[in-house]
Amino acid sequence: MIEEKFDAIVVGAGASGNACAYTMAKLGLKVLQLERGEYPGSKNVQGAILYADALEKIIPDFRDDAPLERHIVEQRQWTMTDSAHVGMHFRSEEFNEDRPNRYTIVRAQFDKWFSRKVREAGVTLLCETTVTELLRNNSGAVIGVRTDRADGVAFANIVVLAEGVNGLVGQRAGLRDVVTPESVALAVKEMHFLPREVIEERFNLKGNEGVVIEAMGTITKGMTGTAFLYTNAESISVGIGCLVSDFQGTGQTPYGLLEAFKNHPSIKSLLAGSECKEYAAHLIPEGGYKAIPQLYGDGWLVVGDAGQFVNAVHREGSNLAMTTGRIAGETIAWLKVRRDAATAANLSEYQRRLDASFVMKDLKKYKNIPDFLHKSGAHLFGLYPRLIAQAAQTWFRVDGKDKRAKESEIIKSFTRSRSLSGLLGDAFKLARAWR
Amino acid sequence: MHIAVCMKQVPDSAQIRVHPVTNTIMRQGVPTIINPYDLFALEEALRLRDKFGGEVTVLTMGPPMAEDSLRKALTFGADRAVLLTDRFFAGSDTLATSFALSAALEKIAAEFGETPIVFTGKQTIDGDTAQVGPGIAKRLGLNQLTYVSRIAEVDQAGQTITVERRAEGGVQLLQTRLPVLITMLEGTNEIRRGSLADAYRAASAKLVSWNAADAGIVDLAKCGLRGSPTIVKKVFAPQARAEAARMLAVEDGAEAVMTEIFVRQPALEAELMRFASGQ
Ligand SMILES: Cc1cc2nc3c(=O)[nH]c(=O)nc-3n(C[C@H](O)[C@H](O)[C@H](O)COP(=O)(O)OP(=O)(O)OC[C@H]3O[C@@H](n4cnc5c(N)ncnc54)[C@H](O)[C@@H]3O)c2cc1C
Repeated sequence: MIEEKFDAIVVGAGASGNACAYTMAKLGLKVLQLERGEYPGSKNVQGAILYADALEKIIPDFRDDAPLERHIVEQRQWTMTDSAHVGMHFRSEEFNEDRPNRYTIVRAQFDKWFSRKVREAGVTLLCETTVTELLRNNSGAVIGVRTDRADGVAFANIVVLAEGVNGLVGQRAGLRDVVTPESVALAVKEMHFLPREVIEERFNLKGNEGVVIEAMGTITKGMTGTAFLYTNAESISVGIGCLVSDFQGTGQTPYGLLEAFKNHPSIKSLLAGSECKEYAAHLIPEGGYKAIPQLYGDGWLVVGDAGQFVNAVHREGSNLAMTTGRIAGETIAWLKVRRDAATAANLSEYQRRLDASFVMKDLKKYKNIPDFLHKSGAHLFGLYPRLIAQAAQTWFRVDGKDKRAKESEIIKSFTRSRSLSGLLGDAFKLARAWR
Repeated sequence: MHIAVCMKQVPDSAQIRVHPVTNTIMRQGVPTIINPYDLFALEEALRLRDKFGGEVTVLTMGPPMAEDSLRKALTFGADRAVLLTDRFFAGSDTLATSFALSAALEKIAAEFGETPIVFTGKQTIDGDTAQVGPGIAKRLGLNQLTYVSRIAEVDQAGQTITVERRAEGGVQLLQTRLPVLITMLEGTNEIRRGSLADAYRAASAKLVSWNAADAGIVDLAKCGLRGSPTIVKKVFAPQARAEAARMLAVEDGAEAVMTEIFVRQPALEAELMRFASGQ
């Protein structure tokens, strides 16, 4: 048992836990952070794109010493079939700015750096320490945690659950439901090492410029999911993920998909000659707004993936994790200044601040997207990519056929595969979900 | 009883990458760990402390980041950690290392109490020499017990210790007088998991940090690169070879085996002859 009582105990040292612990320590709170991994980042998986804005609001000068791989100057959105891809690329010299907006990072290294900042701010971090249970008083308020170490009890005014997507501690305490297969994706990724110069030549980059490829299509075999390829300084991250319920339904395997993706003709040459040095798998919350659990109660609150804060449409997660962590930290410090207890009533301020932020606004905007993807997945991830690639093929091939005939062939190919009302219906449903 | 344990922070050899192009070891990003052999020494020290009372002091010589390993040792339950760090120590071979550690051990004894038992691991996974422990024993005039597999008895009144030592062809039961230096064999125990209070203490503890002068070292010429007669001529990644190991059907002894080898490797014979004739 730890004799001292803390202002706050943070469970987890991922993006959200670090943001929260850092914010509180900087505002003068006494914080204990517990992480089950051997070191922060040892358990965490991300593509990984870092969105500067969320971190800047916590550590304004993070660019001075954070381990950043490359800033992104080019985004490639690919719709893929088994043999082709139709791409929309956006590259701009304006991304070569003083304070770039997006970077690739390697989570294991980034998390170590972030954690060092957190400890320098005054947080006490204990690794290889798993929180097994929340401690409560007679009236049910959370007053501390039990860990898997001997005499493993510690007390605090509030416990912040930053434990990631599975949320086992919260679940065991009955604060939330079990995560359902429909609301989480299982993603696998690999790190492939290549010399710097090869990456730069292959992707048309100079200096620290980087490229992102986001891909969807038949690569997920009709399942709801996406794939990605990101350039790091001396390596490439490549991965793919689909809803767990889809994996269950189809019997497809994540590594099977990744193997096929890596061998796709559009991808294979980008990885040629590389050496795979790391293999990871992780869940991603994809349920969106409707899957968000109760976020606070007497003596506890939830941040990051544990609160299902991921914007799957825009592939944003770590920034929502950091932002919810920061807002939670600020709220807790604000309550302390006002000498208000961490009761559910007082912590509703957290929810109010979240609602006013981009986090809730964005998630609310896309609240119907998960349902839409679920219902229209087969078309979105199978039929449409095929039709689009076929249309491009028809359009670009010069074969003596007149252009009007080609146009009508393309239109027919669409209406043949999916009735006009079906097409319009999908467009309408997407538009409504997107609104 | 006050017990000292010498440890080293080493790169995790399981995670070292060889640069695919330049064939050199890529140290960047390779995590560091406590030399695994040292953990057997630490656990044995903690057990003796639990049995007889007293304290365990861990000592490491290394760069400032070796602090991580010392904190980890505190997490396991060590009572005190001493970091010996100075740029004068950079490039130390086993001779210079045992010199610096011996000085620090003397200082530890003076500051925190005599250490009738000093532990080290059997060897390190990055140097593999197994020389530092015996080097310390020689310098400090300690009886040395290497490759110890079990500590049978410590007689504090009689100032003796009895241990089992793994040797070729069997186990020796050895008794000697304290103070001693013990190098522990691997697999002899399992490092414990410290309590939550241990982990908390480790995270917030202030470490003792000494430079060469603090440790009472005057003769800097015996430290670091200057004090290290060992010269590393070349570091390279061995090329994977096509040929596999083979069993030779030879009955009559070493000479025949050598002949067999030289038939297959004529260059080796020439090289050995050159070496033998001192050229
Ligand atoms: C393949 C993949 C690619 C992704 N790509 C991106 C991307 O490019 N950009 C982006 O912004 N987001 C991306 N994400 C999402 C992003 O990784 C997450 O949103 C983010 O990591 C969430 O942070 P967190 O702190 O909430 O959870 P995590 O980072 O998962 O951290 C939770 C921590 O809590 C610890 N923990 C859990 N339980 C306990 C316990 N009981 N006791 C002690 N410690 C515990 C864990 O060990 C872990 O360290 C990606 C995710 C995946 C899987």
